[in-house]
Amino acid sequence: MTATAPAGTAADTVASLRAAFGAAVLRHATPCGDDVVWVENARAHEILAWLKDTPGQDFDYLTDVTAVDYRDPELPLEVVYQLRSLARKVDLRVKIPLDKAQPLAVASVFDLWKGADWLEREVFDLFGVSFTGHPDLRRILMWDTYVEGYPLRKDFPLRGHFSRAEQTRQALAANPEAHYSLEELSIAEAFGDLPEAMRERLLHGERGELR
Amino acid sequence: MGLIAPGGDAPEEAALEAASPNWVTTRLDALVNWGRTSSLWPMPFGTACCAIEFMASAASRYDLSRFGMERMSFSPRQADVLICAGRLPFKLAPVIRRIWDQMPQPKWSISMGACASSGGIFDTYAMVQGIDTIIPVDVYVPGCPPRPEGLVYGIMLLQKKIRGESLTDSTLRVEHLVGPEGLYLPAEKIDEVSEPFGNSVHQTRSA
Repeated sequence: MTATAPAGTAADTVASLRAAFGAAVLRHATPCGDDVVWVENARAHEILAWLKDTPGQDFDYLTDVTAVDYRDPELPLEVVYQLRSLARKVDLRVKIPLDKAQPLAVASVFDLWKGADWLEREVFDLFGVSFTGHPDLRRILMWDTYVEGYPLRKDFPLRGHFSRAEQTRQALAANPEAHYSLEELSIAEAFGDLPEAMRERLLHGERGELR
Repeated sequence: MGLIAPGGDAPEEAALEAASPNWVTTRLDALVNWGRTSSLWPMPFGTACCAIEFMASAASRYDLSRFGMERMSFSPRQADVLICAGRLPFKLAPVIRRIWDQMPQPKWSISMGACASSGGIFDTYAMVQGIDTIIPVDVYVPGCPPRPEGLVYGIMLLQKKIRGESLTDSTLRVEHLVGPEGLYLPAEKIDEVSEPFGNSVHQTRSA
């Protein structure tokens, strides 16, 4: 934190968080110089929205969404949000502990940061955490028909649940073209969002009517 | 027409005729094989770091053009040899299979590097343990990744193999591909007929 930057370190942010949300802020630690704050799942979305929208906090950039599954089954699975304020040059890591005995679900932050779209899909794909309110929650790295489970969970065997022969059989039964259709790329949908001039060009061609 | 003088007993002569190609087809073989050997068009299937070495092989220092590979064929329909450079995840298995199916005969394939040949270090849930479980392979190039010299040597081995082919041998172009149901074997059956393999003594072919 340089002297010229707007006031407030990540630790100050955590102090303001405690003042605003009280017991919903569970814990604060600074491992390796990074500020990490654990918050309650029920109020997590509210807290993240507060961090983004409160003047003076301005965590306008969502660097990453990921999750951690610890080997100890007693420990909760943690969903991790890495936030950054581009104006203040401050980083803050927000963690939401989830009880593994309960269904793993947190509120999606897609409405706050549009970039959360694929990040949350990845966490859903590999950890099985469902993000309520996400507009398009489906697998992103593994294929849609993958049924072996969630590969980055600690209880997932390294080679998967099925035999190699069965995995090969299922992979070959997949239709690769289903993933690369125009519908998937949603060109038709995006057309409406293009600038007017570009739409004109695409519709009629640069040198007049082409249809 | 054969080199064997007529006059022996007929069935024996016919058997010899069938077993050994006569002079004309032998010379035609030489011509056709020379043509095929010297104009292999590769279909690069580069998925990982092996593809970097492959690009180095194609660039001026190692210069694959010397072997008739002037043109990288990025369309499988104009390709002769599929070079799988890199590890193949299960998600790409149907893709490489589709590309192989789209290549016209005669066609060959090279498995470049440890991962393409055996899964390499990626003994995981997402990785195909050797592309020979998906498509037939002619030459395996070891290395992680192989140096361009290694790949060039593999290509020369493939050329040697092509020079030995014969038009009269119709079995060369027959494919026994592993289909979703085709040659599928249950895991127990595979373990029964195979030895332990791979990085660990506990690893079997099926698991």
